Amino acid sequence: MNGVPMAHGLVLAAVLFTLGLAGLMFRRNMIFMLLSLEIMLNAAGLAFIVAGMAWDQAEGQAMFLLVITLAAAEASVGLALLNQLYRRFKTLDIDTASGMRG
Amino acid sequence: MTWTLPLTFLLPLAGTLILAFSGARLGRRGTTWVGVTSVALAALVTALLAHHYLAAPEARTLTLWRWIAVGDFQPTIGLRLDGLSLTLLGVITGVGLLIHWFAAWYMQGEEGVTRFYAYMNLFVASMVLLVLGDNLLLLFLGWEGVGLCSYLLIGHYYRTAANVRAAFKAFLVTRIGDAFLAIGLFLLFRELGTLNIAEILQRAPERWSAGDPLVELAALLLLGGALGKSAQLPLHTWLADAMAGPTPVSALIHAATMVTAGVYLVARLHGVFLLAPAVLWLTGVIGALTLLAAGFAALAQTDIKRVLAYSTMSQIGYMFLALGVAGFEAAIFHLMTHAFFKALLFLSAGAVIVGCHHEQDIRRLGGLWRRLPLAYVGFLVGGAALAALPLVTAGFYSKDAILWQALAAGHGALLLAGLLGSLLTSLYLLRLIVGIFHGEAGSEGARRAEAGQGLAHGLPLVVLALLSTFLGAWLEPPLGSVLPAPHEGSEGWHLALELLAGGVALLGIALGAWLFLNRRAWLADVAARGLGARLWRLWHHAWGFDAAYERLLVRPYRGLVSGLRHDAIDALGLLPARLAWWLHVALSRTQGGKLRLYAVSMVVGATLILLVMAVAA
Amino acid sequence: MALIWLILIPFLGGLACWQGERWGDGVPRWIALGSMLLVLLITLGLWWQGDYRWPAGAESGVVPWALEWRAPWIPRFGIEVHLALDGLSLVLVALSALLGVLAVLCSWHEIRRRVGFFHLNLLWILVGVVGVFLAVDLFLFFAFWEMMLVPMYFLIALWGHSSATGRSRIGAATKFFLYTQASGLLMLVSILGLVFAHRAATGELTFSYAALRETPLSDEVAMWLMLGFFLAFAVKLPVVPFHGWLPDAHAQAPTAGSVDLAGILLKTGAYGLLRFALPLFPEASQAIAPLAMGLGLVGIVYGALLACGQQDIKRFIAYTSISHMGFVLIGIYAGTELALQGVVVLLVAHAFSTSALFILSGQLHERLHTRDLGEMGGLWGRLGSLPAFMLCFVVASLGMPGTLNFVGEFMILFGSFPVAPWVVAIASAGLVLAAIYSLLLMQRVHYGPPRSESSLADLDGREYAMLLGLLALVLVLGLYPQPLLDTAGPAMQEVQRLFDDAATPSPTTMPLGDS
Repeated sequence: MNGVPMAHGLVLAAVLFTLGLAGLMFRRNMIFMLLSLEIMLNAAGLAFIVAGMAWDQAEGQAMFLLVITLAAAEASVGLALLNQLYRRFKTLDIDTASGMRG
Repeated sequence: MTWTLPLTFLLPLAGTLILAFSGARLGRRGTTWVGVTSVALAALVTALLAHHYLAAPEARTLTLWRWIAVGDFQPTIGLRLDGLSLTLLGVITGVGLLIHWFAAWYMQGEEGVTRFYAYMNLFVASMVLLVLGDNLLLLFLGWEGVGLCSYLLIGHYYRTAANVRAAFKAFLVTRIGDAFLAIGLFLLFRELGTLNIAEILQRAPERWSAGDPLVELAALLLLGGALGKSAQLPLHTWLADAMAGPTPVSALIHAATMVTAGVYLVARLHGVFLLAPAVLWLTGVIGALTLLAAGFAALAQTDIKRVLAYSTMSQIGYMFLALGVAGFEAAIFHLMTHAFFKALLFLSAGAVIVGCHHEQDIRRLGGLWRRLPLAYVGFLVGGAALAALPLVTAGFYSKDAILWQALAAGHGALLLAGLLGSLLTSLYLLRLIVGIFHGEAGSEGARRAEAGQGLAHGLPLVVLALLSTFLGAWLEPPLGSVLPAPHEGSEGWHLALELLAGGVALLGIALGAWLFLNRRAWLADVAARGLGARLWRLWHHAWGFDAAYERLLVRPYRGLVSGLRHDAIDALGLLPARLAWWLHVALSRTQGGKLRLYAVSMVVGATLILLVMAVAA
Repeated sequence: MALIWLILIPFLGGLACWQGERWGDGVPRWIALGSMLLVLLITLGLWWQGDYRWPAGAESGVVPWALEWRAPWIPRFGIEVHLALDGLSLVLVALSALLGVLAVLCSWHEIRRRVGFFHLNLLWILVGVVGVFLAVDLFLFFAFWEMMLVPMYFLIALWGHSSATGRSRIGAATKFFLYTQASGLLMLVSILGLVFAHRAATGELTFSYAALRETPLSDEVAMWLMLGFFLAFAVKLPVVPFHGWLPDAHAQAPTAGSVDLAGILLKTGAYGLLRFALPLFPEASQAIAPLAMGLGLVGIVYGALLACGQQDIKRFIAYTSISHMGFVLIGIYAGTELALQGVVVLLVAHAFSTSALFILSGQLHERLHTRDLGEMGGLWGRLGSLPAFMLCFVVASLGMPGTLNFVGEFMILFGSFPVAPWVVAIASAGLVLAAIYSLLLMQRVHYGPPRSESSLADLDGREYAMLLGLLALVLVLGLYPQPLLDTAGPAMQEVQRLFDDAATPSPTTMPLGDS
């Protein structure tokens, strides 16, 4: 496992995170936004794993378990919201749900 | 007998209170009765007081109570009866009674009689306080009181906006004078430590030498008050408009009593004015200018009452001229005779106006001498006195005294002005009398003129007519003990002046009669074209003072008011509130509910923070 | 003991009104009237019995009160419930009680909603104001000062009128509250500053007025502390740049609120200056006297000009108040005995005449259902005796001799002239301006062509009695003001003595004087 330098793993995590962030910012479809969120969470998880490996610490993997749980919870809430959104507005476009002026 | 002194103002005051609280319950007859009786009783008390005073001519004082007592400031409600106040008191209650009585006839068809008599009685009470007050603060009470009554009575017909404006103007212009008077009082109190008139007259010469700048200033401020009240240049513009009130009001307030209060004030404080020769000189000059300016203006008026109003200004100008040459006694003497004959003229004018169904334009009157004989006689006698017809009229004696004082004091220019003024007087008078009583009637009202009936109409006119003849001149006011002695001069010069003045008056009358009886068409022609028309306009608008004040004072004031109306300073105070509102508007934009925008702003914010940290590290 | 009752009676009466509402609308009205009358009677009794002359040979620095009542409150910080009465407070307490009675009477028919709570507020305003006039512990004073705002806020916000032009009663109430609250906080800072300065000098922590008067202060500190007090009182008076709340509050308040505002609340500002700002910081006050007099002049002219431009009758009267208070400010900072006495007289006179004008405009509003001057005119013949009363009070407000207003104004001017002749000369122009706005008010409402010939309801007995009573007071006191002058005199002499001592420069403060 030591063949992969930490920098490579971190760069991959950063790229994944940026991709997710961009998706979150630029997509209006809520399914894609949830997917992007998932990617970002996994990017963070990857960073934990890589760092944990690099310093021989178990906390990295422990954190990853936490992230997975969090992602699961997030996905369930997000999908429930998505369900509601579709029922109310008959669309998955997030902007139509904005009821605030501005 | 001194204890009866307060009755002279308490009785009219009681009349006011009865009328104010009983209101309409008294009915027209009851109202009139209360209004006239209260003044009649005051006149009776005055007669008794005069009787006692003349038996033992010493000043009497009566202090009712201490008004205010703080440190040195101890004005009292105190009355003082001496020759000067007695003279004025006689004029106020005597002429006042006749006018109140006449008003019973004049007001019989008018609205608001209760109000009218309540204000008239209040006026008499205030005027009495003005002349009886032994200190300047009490005098000021009366002074403002008469101003208020004048305001209320000018605006008697309150439904017409023009009348209300005239009343407002009268109060305001006199109030400007009053503000000067008030500052004068502050100055006198600071310098002399008293407001008591007798003490002021005693302390002023001790405190100041003649010509001291402070005493000149004090005299100038007092003069300002006098000018406002007495309608002298430059505070004269209110009097002609004040004729909007009922005619008895014009007779009492704007001819006989209130407008002469300024003369009284200067005569009363002669000790201060004698220490201020420059101001005294100014008084004379203002008097001379006013008497000429008003004389010319009177020539070009078309309303009977406005002619008489300018005539009043002109005659008060004579009184100020007399004050200016230190002929105080002559001024007060003329004040008295003027009260008689000008009241007569105004009441006669009232008889004409009511007789002709409220027509008061000279051009629309005419040929009335047969229909209104009593008014005609009133105008003739009063006019003769006004024009100072030699020997037989009261006006001759008093005006002669003024001119003689001017000559004896060596003021040639003022004397000339006085003589020229008397020529003008005769001219405008003849124009007025001829216009009303001769020629052809110019309106339906004048053709259907009805003479007044009854004692209330006739008696006051007859009594005043008698007083306007030489009989009135026999009532010599007992002023010797109060005012400084008049100037003496050689008898020869005096006789020459009398002849000259008499000649001028007769000349004026003859010239006027010739012009206005025989040369009317020619005059009308002159007044309609070229220079004549321009002069006519100038004099008709009384030298354009009104327009000038309108432009210089009234409009800027209005502009200021409408400019400030929304309270700029308050708007400034609201600035923090405005700022908070703007911030609220701006910041609430950022919370638009667009989820993706939040994400972007978070990213941008996080990046910025990281950047800052990186740079700092 | 009487002093604490002056505060407790309206407090308990207010609670009784609140609860009494459940037995009908009449009950709170009578309870309120009864408590106000009781306060008035107690005050008059104190006036009748007490001796308000300065005790002969009183030490300077020891403040000899005519009556005192004290109880510990928070001893750890030197705070007590300390009430005391001298001539000045007596006059103002009596005035407040009288106007309190009028406030109840004039809202007899006007207020129909939540009558009990309304009277609770009305009475609690009196609690606050009487407390302000009696408290001589600075903490207690501040507590009462803040306390009188709250009921007034409710009075405007709940029973006020919103006008069509978009000025709402809530807005007016908020503005009133913010102005007074913000300035009150400045005063609190000054009070604390003074207390800590006192502790630094003597080691004793106390809020007592008598003790704090002796605090030695450097010129600069005194100036800053004084400014805190001055601002609080200037807002309340109001002095011109800080006057913005007054017209709005007056215009939107119910009649009783306007009566209380004009008659009582404005007086607390002048009282504060006389009781605290001047005696606590005589040197600093002396130093800003020219500025204060200048502000007074600005107030006279500005108020008069603004008044002429108003369309709302109550805003009109509110601006005339500002003009009158300019005279008060000049009188206070002239600092001569005559001027200070004149200030007390003018405070009373202004309370009478302005309250009467507000009551009259309330009555006009009840009859015409408008406060717009443009819709009035020619009312003289249509309203019975109301116009005559209005005339009398308008004339009083323009300072006609024979009324109390004249006595006050002229005493101020006579008293200030030796100190500041130019200020007085300009202020005299205010006499002309007063004539302009007063008569303008009269003729816009009552003169001119009438809009209709139908007659409106004449005054009923209650309204007639209120106005006649006020008019009688204005006239009788105008011709015999001595009871007022004698009562408030000693207190004013004391203020004048302090102020004068400060005027004669001691060598330490003015080194140039020595050389």
